[in-house]
Amino acid sequence: MIKKLLPFLGEYKRETILTPLMVVGEVVLELMIPFLMARIVDYGILGDGGMPYTIRVGSLMIVMALVALIFGALSGKYAAISGMGFARNIRSGLFEKIQTYSFANIDKFTTASLVTRLTTDITNTQNAFMMVIRMAVRAPIMLVGATIMAVSINPQLSLIFLISIPVLSVTLYLIGKHAHPRFLDMLEKYDTLNEKVQDFIVNIRVVKAFVREDHEEEKFVADAKKVRDAQLSAEKLVVLNMPIMQLTIYSSIVAIIWFGGNMVIQGTFNIGELSSFIMYIMQVLISLMMISMIFIMLIISRASFSRIVEGLEEKPVLDDDDSDQTLDLNDGSIIFNQVDFSYNQDSNNLVLKDINLTIKSGETVGIIGGTGSSKTTLVQLIPRLYDVLNGEIIVGGHNVKDYQLKTLRDQVAMVLQNNVLFTGTIKDNLKWGNENASDQEVIEAAKAAQAHDFIVSLPNGYDTVLGQGGVNVSGGQKQRLTIARALLKKPKVVILDDSTSAVDTATDAAIRKAFNENLQGVTTLIIAQRVTSVSDADKIIVIDDGTINGFDTHDNLLKTNAIYREIYQSQSKGVNDHE
Amino acid sequence: MSKQQKPVGGPMGGPKGMGKPTNIWETVKRIASYMKEDRWILLIVFITIIFSALANVIGISFLQVIIDDYLAPLINSDDSALMRGFITVIGVVSIIYIIGAASTYIFNRLMVGVSTRTLYKLRVDLFKKMEALPIKYYDTHTHGDSMSLYTNDIDTLRQVLSNSVTNFVTSLITVVGVFVMMLVFSWQLTIIVLIMLALMMLAVKTIGGKSANYFVKQQQELGRVNGYIEEMIEGQKVIKVFSRQDKVIEEFEELNEELRVNATQANTFANILMPIMGNLSYMLYAITAMIGGLFAIMNALTLGTVIAFLQFTRTFSMPIVQISQQLNAVLTALAGAERIFKVIDEKPEFDQGHVTMVAVEDNQSDEIAESDQRTGAFAWKEVKEDGSTVYTPVQGKVVFKDVIFGYDKDKTVLNNISLYAKPGQKIAFVGSTGAGKTTITNLINRFYDVPSGNISIDGIEINKIKKPDLRRSLSMVLQDTHLFTGTVMENIRYGRLDATDEEVIAAAKLANADSFIRHLQDGYHTVLKSDGGNLSQGQRQLLAIARAAIAETPVLILDEATSSIDTRTEALIQKGMDRLMEGKTSFIIAHRLSTVRSANAIMVLEHGEIIERGDHDQLIEQKGKYYQLSAGMFELT
Repeated sequence: MIKKLLPFLGEYKRETILTPLMVVGEVVLELMIPFLMARIVDYGILGDGGMPYTIRVGSLMIVMALVALIFGALSGKYAAISGMGFARNIRSGLFEKIQTYSFANIDKFTTASLVTRLTTDITNTQNAFMMVIRMAVRAPIMLVGATIMAVSINPQLSLIFLISIPVLSVTLYLIGKHAHPRFLDMLEKYDTLNEKVQDFIVNIRVVKAFVREDHEEEKFVADAKKVRDAQLSAEKLVVLNMPIMQLTIYSSIVAIIWFGGNMVIQGTFNIGELSSFIMYIMQVLISLMMISMIFIMLIISRASFSRIVEGLEEKPVLDDDDSDQTLDLNDGSIIFNQVDFSYNQDSNNLVLKDINLTIKSGETVGIIGGTGSSKTTLVQLIPRLYDVLNGEIIVGGHNVKDYQLKTLRDQVAMVLQNNVLFTGTIKDNLKWGNENASDQEVIEAAKAAQAHDFIVSLPNGYDTVLGQGGVNVSGGQKQRLTIARALLKKPKVVILDDSTSAVDTATDAAIRKAFNENLQGVTTLIIAQRVTSVSDADKIIVIDDGTINGFDTHDNLLKTNAIYREIYQSQSKGVNDHE
Repeated sequence: MSKQQKPVGGPMGGPKGMGKPTNIWETVKRIASYMKEDRWILLIVFITIIFSALANVIGISFLQVIIDDYLAPLINSDDSALMRGFITVIGVVSIIYIIGAASTYIFNRLMVGVSTRTLYKLRVDLFKKMEALPIKYYDTHTHGDSMSLYTNDIDTLRQVLSNSVTNFVTSLITVVGVFVMMLVFSWQLTIIVLIMLALMMLAVKTIGGKSANYFVKQQQELGRVNGYIEEMIEGQKVIKVFSRQDKVIEEFEELNEELRVNATQANTFANILMPIMGNLSYMLYAITAMIGGLFAIMNALTLGTVIAFLQFTRTFSMPIVQISQQLNAVLTALAGAERIFKVIDEKPEFDQGHVTMVAVEDNQSDEIAESDQRTGAFAWKEVKEDGSTVYTPVQGKVVFKDVIFGYDKDKTVLNNISLYAKPGQKIAFVGSTGAGKTTITNLINRFYDVPSGNISIDGIEINKIKKPDLRRSLSMVLQDTHLFTGTVMENIRYGRLDATDEEVIAAAKLANADSFIRHLQDGYHTVLKSDGGNLSQGQRQLLAIARAAIAETPVLILDEATSSIDTRTEALIQKGMDRLMEGKTSFIIAHRLSTVRSANAIMVLEHGEIIERGDHDQLIEQKGKYYQLSAGMFELT
């Protein structure tokens, strides 16, 4: 798993290697210092070295500390450069990968989870990485180095290591092993609690309207208790780390003083060496502690790594690798040939069944049907947002799979049902349709979508800045902007998926009129709830439960199609009988 | 322990806990007040922390005694009394160390208990408060902000309470203890230590300060990158439809590089602080070793003193590094705690009502008798000052008299609204967005209070009725349909918790939701995740209608309850809706005129005033605004 992320080091390989090298330098120098201290004590003070020796070795120690400081600072710097660079590369890599996803991939992951992967997960990975290239190198080297120093000073006394190191590692391992599942359990309970709170906040009006405060509180308190108990049970184990660590260090010190002291008394060991020995064993044991912490951190971040790798390894469900680069879309004719479709590729769970349709270039076709009858699914197949399960879709004389996706989608403009505007000016947003459009073209498209009038009435006109998601325009205005944006593409096919539901009927009619005038020769598909929105179309598709129930003109459908008639009546009752 | 957080309300803006607390002492006291019950435990914690820290300090001091009084004299001598003394000292040190390690365990273990209990109390307090807050609070605070109290602020506090607090105290006591011992051992060497300490402090201040500046910048950049990510992932499908991938990647790379540059700077400073501190402390060690050595040679200090002092310099600098590292975490946690207390200190919903709603045997007869069972009949019960009890049957007569209301003081939303709904009548409101339709319904259930004019139900002013009882007499289908995580069954039952499965199914049938529910994977036991995300808006509305239906209240409020249901399905559920509204006073808001056509009275609202009222036929006759609306001349959104 980690191997898969390594290529993202990219141009920061040098810093990534330099960081641990600097750490090694720092550690080696640090390891020398207690040794030199022992020399001062044993040779300078107790021996014949005297002042000159003490000053010389002392100065050497100071210089070494200074050099270690430089090494340490450099390792910090290189770690920051490589850590942040690594994070940037992963972020870009994942973001670019997501750009190649098809609709089905996005549906599978959901947008919320993609956002988490790009934000929290990458931050976790970045922190884990920085820790690894510094700490995970430092701790083992310190451990080995300090052990070597200790052995070289007094091999006999280092037998103490043989007891204390295994005792501490086994205990730390056991604690970690038992604590880990408890922490996972705690995090899970914690997530559940937060989910409940989220639920509660979103539903606050429902809670209050139904006077369910006590009920909610009961649920919350129960969950909060679970979190409390889970946290207690996990941390209860972890707090053993510190005292066990202390106990091991303390016992080692006492043992060293006792055995070492006896050696000193017998004249086989020196006092300075004894005290440096104490420092070495402390360094060894502290390194062990650090290693166990690193393990815990890595285990926690493993979930983040795997989520990122999962995102990177996802294969786009559809691609245009086999398409003909030179193929252009000649006209706006659309043919559905025995098309079956299922969102999960399951022929027992068909959303569209045996669809056959022929739409001539330049026709206006209305699509009508109840909630959940697959109207949206039908039109999403035309710009190849999803691939069919069986059958084929032919646009402009060629199978949609033969075109490059960009060619196809540039010519088939689709106004999605849940449409999104982006932060930026109105003009910027409209120019998504065509980046090189002149102001004149932008205005023309806005006029056709009946958006021009309200745009110029805004204080900054076309330069009005929209908030994220277009929050500062009304639903109807937003819909008209998204229509204008699609028209700027000058496409051969325009698809409006319930795009005028929030627009009043008069404006709706004006948009359709403008379409008739300006979009001569452009095939137009209109999904609508209101019969009035489609009644003047060349033909109307009535779709029911994933099958085509009728495909004819308004007048003919009124005569022949029961569903169409029902829809028509349900809408005309209120108003038309008075006109 | 880091924690995976789901993006709640969006990760935009990066971590929220950047602020500094404004009143540290008050906040600490507030947190401490949550530990009141544990005060004896805290005392033990404090004592054991002292034991643990002092054991460490005293242990080192014994090094001097051991070296100077035993080891040095014992070299090449055979004094058995001295040898026994050596053994005794080792024994004493061992005992001190055992006490120290035991104390460390005790205070850590006790503190885990204290901190988990404290967090629990704090969470429950916060939640209780949030339940009691008026709707107005939620109007002015985003969901993301409220969630962040739980996900960020309490979580930071958890980490600080579990780790930092005891570390902090231990470090402090260790530093003080070591400092005292150092003075006792050698004031000359202590001066060197103080000089180095000042140098270290200076390093912390300059590097820490720089790092903090760059961290603020990093957070800003991170906020921009995360904001961009959020927006572009939300709009991912539009990007695909417009083949905008290349352009979007280009913009993203720019932001991402900007973040990298700032993050590298911020982290460089943060990363070099530790090695600099660590190595300065080694330098202190080296200088002490040299100068101490010189003193020892001149016989100004004993060898044991120098060696013990050297150990002290190591023990002295580590806690200082730790304190400087944790200070930031503690301040961040306190700032979070302050935000939590701010919410806890908010004013709760105001309720001075005393009239309650009770179940009665039969509210048609003259003698109304309370029933302890659910009878379907209710009465308002008012206990007068003289002790007598008056029962008024709950019928659902709603009267507005000259109601003036605005969400802000200086902006009126409703102007002089008067209306009269007889029991069982169907009243509809029509008008464009912002005309005040939803506001009217929000006043009936007292989501907001009326500053001028009054509203009464069955002749009783609504602010005399206890809020929970008032709301129990109304059931609402709200404009934005929200559902809870849980099964379909539980969601419908939310309307009446004691409803049987059969009643739930009956209500679902009434709302025409039964057939689609049966098509779900587990039928009524299908678990709805994250606000019913796996259902269409229309299906969610059907569930909300069923939820209101099961409540069986005398008054029904439907706010755009069928807006996302297609007209054909709406026609299908019309029968059920008629049955639901039978005998109930109902208020209906809809922009689809077919929905309101059969109302007894239709009110056309504009700019907070009722400009037309009458039934459908009358209003069409008038050829006023309603007529124009019905002819589709205006946008109703």
